[in-house]
Amino acid sequence: MDHPDQLRSGAVRSDSQPLLEVRGISCNYELERAVFDLSLTVHRGEQVCLLGPSGCGKTTVLRAIAGFHPILTGGIFINDQQVSAVGAMVPPESRRVGMVFQDHALFPHLTVRQNVAAGLSRLPEGSRGESVGEMLERMGLSHHADRFPHELSGGQQQRVALARALAPRPLLLLMDEPFSSLDQELREHMGQEVSDMLKESGTTCVMVTHDQHDAFALGDKVGVMSEGSIVQWDTPYNLYHQPSNHFVADFIGNGVFLCGEVVSPQEVSTPLGILPSDEPLIWSSQTPLEILLRPDDVVYDPAGPIQARVTSRAFQGAQLLYTLRTLEGIKLLALFPSHANFEIGDDVRVRLDVDHLVVFEHDTPLD
Amino acid sequence: MIMATLVSPTVGAAVKLRRLNRLNRWTVGAVFAALLVFIPIGSVLFLSLGDSGDVWPHLIGTALPEYVGTTLLLLLGVGVSVFLTGVTTAWLVTMCRFPGRRIFEWLLLFPLAIPAYVMAYAYTDLLEYAGPVQSSLRALFGWQSARDYFFPPVRSLGGAIMFMGLVLYPYVYLLARSAFLEQSVSVLEVSRVLGKGPWQTFKTVSFPAARPAIVVGVSLALMETLNDYGTVDFFAVYTLTAGLIDVWLGMGSLAGGAQIASSMLVFVILLIFLERMSRRHQKVYQQASSRFKTLPTYSLKGWPSALAFGLCALPVIAGFVVPVLVLGQLSIVYFDRSWTPEFKSYALNSLTLSAGAALVTLLVALFIAYARRLRGGRVLRVATRAASLGYAVPGAVLAVGILIPFAIFDNALDALMRDWFGVSSGLLLSGTVAAVTFAYVVRFLAVAVGQVESSLEKISPSVDMAARTLGFRAGQTLIRYHLPLIRAGLLTAVMVVFVDCMKELPATLLLRPFNFETLATYVYRFASDEMLGEAALGSLTIVAVGLLPVAFLSRMISRSRQLYPSPSTGDA
Repeated sequence: MDHPDQLRSGAVRSDSQPLLEVRGISCNYELERAVFDLSLTVHRGEQVCLLGPSGCGKTTVLRAIAGFHPILTGGIFINDQQVSAVGAMVPPESRRVGMVFQDHALFPHLTVRQNVAAGLSRLPEGSRGESVGEMLERMGLSHHADRFPHELSGGQQQRVALARALAPRPLLLLMDEPFSSLDQELREHMGQEVSDMLKESGTTCVMVTHDQHDAFALGDKVGVMSEGSIVQWDTPYNLYHQPSNHFVADFIGNGVFLCGEVVSPQEVSTPLGILPSDEPLIWSSQTPLEILLRPDDVVYDPAGPIQARVTSRAFQGAQLLYTLRTLEGIKLLALFPSHANFEIGDDVRVRLDVDHLVVFEHDTPLD
Repeated sequence: MIMATLVSPTVGAAVKLRRLNRLNRWTVGAVFAALLVFIPIGSVLFLSLGDSGDVWPHLIGTALPEYVGTTLLLLLGVGVSVFLTGVTTAWLVTMCRFPGRRIFEWLLLFPLAIPAYVMAYAYTDLLEYAGPVQSSLRALFGWQSARDYFFPPVRSLGGAIMFMGLVLYPYVYLLARSAFLEQSVSVLEVSRVLGKGPWQTFKTVSFPAARPAIVVGVSLALMETLNDYGTVDFFAVYTLTAGLIDVWLGMGSLAGGAQIASSMLVFVILLIFLERMSRRHQKVYQQASSRFKTLPTYSLKGWPSALAFGLCALPVIAGFVVPVLVLGQLSIVYFDRSWTPEFKSYALNSLTLSAGAALVTLLVALFIAYARRLRGGRVLRVATRAASLGYAVPGAVLAVGILIPFAIFDNALDALMRDWFGVSSGLLLSGTVAAVTFAYVVRFLAVAVGQVESSLEKISPSVDMAARTLGFRAGQTLIRYHLPLIRAGLLTAVMVVFVDCMKELPATLLLRPFNFETLATYVYRFASDEMLGEAALGSLTIVAVGLLPVAFLSRMISRSRQLYPSPSTGDA
């Protein structure tokens, strides 16, 4: 056995060692099952996101990780230490997790400095002041240290909340819709800023949100949740381009579904023509399918084979998002460059240009 | 190595799984407190179901029908009176514009400061045969004696209805006013656009929507009416409360008193039912809005304006100005005879007893409210509900419910002590200040719990979670982060309970230690001896203290109006 090697492999193992493990937990929310047998693993330094519509149970999962919600099956482990079991849990104040909330939850009667120092009450006076000063500096809050929360803007309050949560050096940072109370522009800006900061400091973080832009800005991995389960756990890129089921395809990004069926292992037939598949299809011939068409799959082409009428349009800067209706009555979404300008009621010609075919088996037979 | 660096020195070994019990310390404590408070209510309920012995036939054969009949008439009379006064004044100050409206908005609350019995004493002095009014009339018209003219008897059922109506209408006024204010502006505007006049709009839109709130107000006023002892005793109006205390103190029959108490529970339960039902409807009709919108008001000019002014001025003058002037004048005349060392010691008794009871009530309320915030749960909810019934139970009934279990406890303990140690423990609970304090806590807990809960509700639950994840336990979170935020609410709760304790008469009278007097019992004793002059200073003191919460409420009302018409966001 050779020393350096062993050390290296040890180091690698510790890097990829899971910091948070949620193993098959179920939770009730107000007497109804809200989370079903949910598992997830977060490695040290990773930032993950739980994304889903309201009521999908994502906040309940977060509360269970923080220790505010009991679990009915499974277990939660932070740093190999079991913190939640069926009928027993480590109280939230002993878990070393930090939490950031939608409403920031700053203590209104304390100054920014006192808020940030709140979690450091066990440290001696001197080092507490030092830590707080450092944290304020890092967050660009030094000038506001003696202000009260209500004197700050939304973005500043957000930063104080983050500073307060990070000051005690938690093992794990939990964020519950942290950007929802900010306006659109600030939200994108803060999302990037927070993401950079967390990456830089190597903070392990779990965020829940219903907003896919927030999720994509922050999450290395995103778990899409529906009805108490994670339906896909993947990178933002894959969630958009390779959704593994109908729900994810529908929830992430824009798009419409076409009905069709398998013609050959490389082709599906749709009412708008035959579409080739880049990967061999696993279904037998004539299996009914649903085919996802993203707006960028529908291309403006004056010589295209499909004629459609514009039913609505939305200006998006460089591009316009059109809703079209074909002669057969099929609805399509299409992104055209702004200079191809059409009014509602105009007829346009398009063609389908699908790089990667996203197909699902149709659950019920087509009629 | 890795583990060692990751375990925080500050948390250390604390990372241990803790068993989750359905009932944690907070829940158990709160349920226990709630059950303790439920004891008197429960024991009256139990008595009413138990074997009545031979008291019932006697009571039914003699006085009970009269008690019940009189109580019904009194409730009916006061109900109609507070309804008419409260709704009329509330509608005028919210929907009409006339000179003085802004001032009347809070002045109309002032009669709330005067206990009904003080009102009765003041008006009796003013209107009785030897009083200034009848004397002046006689002098003016040259009448010689009572046979020469008719003057309505003051000390009568009619008088009781009138004076109680005058001090209790603010309950209806307050609730009706906020119900009118919270009504949808657009609905009112639609009604006017459709060509409906003020009366039509009131009848078809405003009143039906405000009705649940008005019923809640009336039922609260009726609970107070049922509770009253000072007035009905002074006027010799034989209601159930008067009968209960007469049977207990006069005939020395606690068992008889208990029987009347249990029959009073029927009224109590009906009133609670009425109130709870209406509160449920209230939630539907009134969309809670913290902002006051500009209501489409009717501008009054000329005669209607004078009439509106008069209608609002009348209850204020009759319900506050006149009695305060009478008491003030009497206090000055009788000052030397009233301002005695006894008076000061009674005042001190009132102060310490009420303050102590208010603090205990607040602590219990805080504990229950916080336990409910930490973990809801049906057990706790039911227990709190049961414990909160005290406000509806008349003080005299509570006294019965407290004395019986306390006496059983004292006797059992005494017997035990004699058997084991050969010493008598005497009366440990019954006939002590503890019993009176307990009665106050039971009766006023609901007010305090309501106040504390509504203060806590304004704090986002995420503040709790933030504090917990920052390393604070539930109790530390309450002390460090909640108490500073709800200070104002706690102060209001203490103040309101304190004042209610100061005014409380029947329970104090029945449960106080021998020879222990508070201002309320002292005033009652002098008044019973027809020494109204000597009672005036005490009465005036009670009114002055009673003004505290009224002034506070008034300030809130006038403040909320300052925000309008430019509503600000309620950040503070």
